[in-house]
Amino acid sequence: MRWPALTRPGRAVLVLTIAVFVALALAPLFAPWITGERYILGLLARVMIFAIAAVSLDLILGYGGLVSFGHAAFVGLGAYAVGILSAHGITDVTVVLPVTLAVCALFAVGTGAVAVRTRGVYFIMITLAFGQMAYYTATSLAQYGGDDGLRLDHRSTLFGTPIATDPLAFYYVVFGALLFFYLLTRVIVSSRFGRVLRAARQNPVRVETLGFNVGQVRLTAYVIAGMIAGVSGFLLANHILFVSPAYMSWQRSGELIVMVVLGGMGTLHGAVIGSLAFLLIEEFLSTITEHWKVIFGPMLILVVLFARGGLLGLLGGRHG
Amino acid sequence: MSTTLFVVQLLNGLQLGVLLFLIAAGLTLVFGVMDFINLGHGVQYMLGAYLAVTFYALTGNFAYTLLLALPSALALGLLVEVLIFRHLYDRDHLDQVLATFGIILFVNEGVKIVWGAAPLNVPIPALFSGSIEIMPGLLYPVWRLAIIGSGLAVAVLLWAIVSHTRIGMRIRAGAVNAPMVGALGVDVKTLFTCVFGFGAMLAGFAGIMVAPILSVEPGMGDSVLILAFVVIVIGGIGSIRGAFVGALIVGLVDTLGRSFATDIFRLFLTASAARQVGPAFASMLIYLLMAVILFVRPAGLFPAKGR
Repeated sequence: MRWPALTRPGRAVLVLTIAVFVALALAPLFAPWITGERYILGLLARVMIFAIAAVSLDLILGYGGLVSFGHAAFVGLGAYAVGILSAHGITDVTVVLPVTLAVCALFAVGTGAVAVRTRGVYFIMITLAFGQMAYYTATSLAQYGGDDGLRLDHRSTLFGTPIATDPLAFYYVVFGALLFFYLLTRVIVSSRFGRVLRAARQNPVRVETLGFNVGQVRLTAYVIAGMIAGVSGFLLANHILFVSPAYMSWQRSGELIVMVVLGGMGTLHGAVIGSLAFLLIEEFLSTITEHWKVIFGPMLILVVLFARGGLLGLLGGRHG
Repeated sequence: MSTTLFVVQLLNGLQLGVLLFLIAAGLTLVFGVMDFINLGHGVQYMLGAYLAVTFYALTGNFAYTLLLALPSALALGLLVEVLIFRHLYDRDHLDQVLATFGIILFVNEGVKIVWGAAPLNVPIPALFSGSIEIMPGLLYPVWRLAIIGSGLAVAVLLWAIVSHTRIGMRIRAGAVNAPMVGALGVDVKTLFTCVFGFGAMLAGFAGIMVAPILSVEPGMGDSVLILAFVVIVIGGIGSIRGAFVGALIVGLVDTLGRSFATDIFRLFLTASAARQVGPAFASMLIYLLMAVILFVRPAGLFPAKGR
């Protein structure tokens, strides 16, 4: 896949991105007129939760050139942090969220330290291996449901009181989180750190020669991305009130990559639009046939073969 | 743990190892010669098993099944190469990962439509059914020994082809510098297609051989694919020797780990804690091994020359 040039987004893309965010913000106002309001809000909340994970993946994939095939592990870790704490009666956001972040940061530091030493396909494979480790660990947690997963009684609370109990409030919590993390990663990639990260993708030797520690920069980005993905897992567990090892499976990691690339990587809004496109296509195709993957698989191959730069690439005509 | 149990698990590990070698050999060749990551390789293994089911249902004879299924697996491999993979060789790894991920989605779902989601199986051929006593008091299924034997035979054959024939020489040269081989007048495109088809056939062969002992079901290739990737990464991508050593290491470590981890943990943990930690540790063992090996040798145990 061709990584995009380091230019500002084109006007069409910018307008589209703002339009997507505005549409997501206003969707609940229109939802009552559509049949199945709860279903639509639930679907869009899921889209936004995966968009957070995809945005975080884009930070290392699109900007850092690190093709992580184990990113779903962080989503799963975040979800399991919620699930396991809740099984012990701890549901307060002020505890659960910091624990989520800490667990993901620890896992990212440990695995990242090994992974960033490798390059290219070895990086892909080693992140895949770490993802599998997390997956198998989750399946063997017999007292937390093992293979079957873990059901939550209720959403996380704040100082003991239930918050965001109705779907609409939860929807806006998720929307706020997406907006926050989108803007945060946007700030990160345009900061000095972000410029070093992007430069290291293009020419690590030169960046190293300039006196930067490429491995450390990559590791930092990897940890940040892991923590953000952990938050998306935190939200996911709260959304469906269910935690399962399937969140960490390597197919999930593959789907996250698909979302990022489908939208157009190295753009951040591409990740948002890609998640929207991926989950809506999945939803739409699965209404046609339960075997929707038979249609989606070839679609994916065609996108790779013919639509370089993803959906946004088709729109903007902006090629690196 | 008794000696018999240990020997049985050793043989099981060896059997998993040669099986992984059959799959990893194609994967590592394709990667070495064409610089191509093929996630769809596990699918070839699964299709081999399904072909065995179908042809066995048609002929009722395992020898005929093998004779029919092998060329079919080869043909399927060639078809995919010509239709899709050929256009991806000069793309970067991410594109290849995505397109072949699409193939996995398609074929896994496709076999559900054609053969149904329920697990299928093939009976063990009569000639190889039953067990023999390989040590006093140790019975071992003949078919598993047949798998080990055929896997080792393929390994010898591959070694002979790759290091002692003209085409093997071209494959080795292609792994070092494909454009140069092309410039010297070798039809690289055909070479690639051959290597790819051969690799697909080996994976298909593995699928056919396990059809009598495993349940044939959608997605059966996925876990094996991941293991095969661990194998080639440990062994060094592009190296057949690395794939062989890596496959045996992974097969043995995984099998022995699963059988004995709980017992080992019981030495210094309580029984219930060992039952918790043992299986989890066992399933992570090969990934830990891979991480450690990559940490010490970032290019694997036997890095192919020229990369």
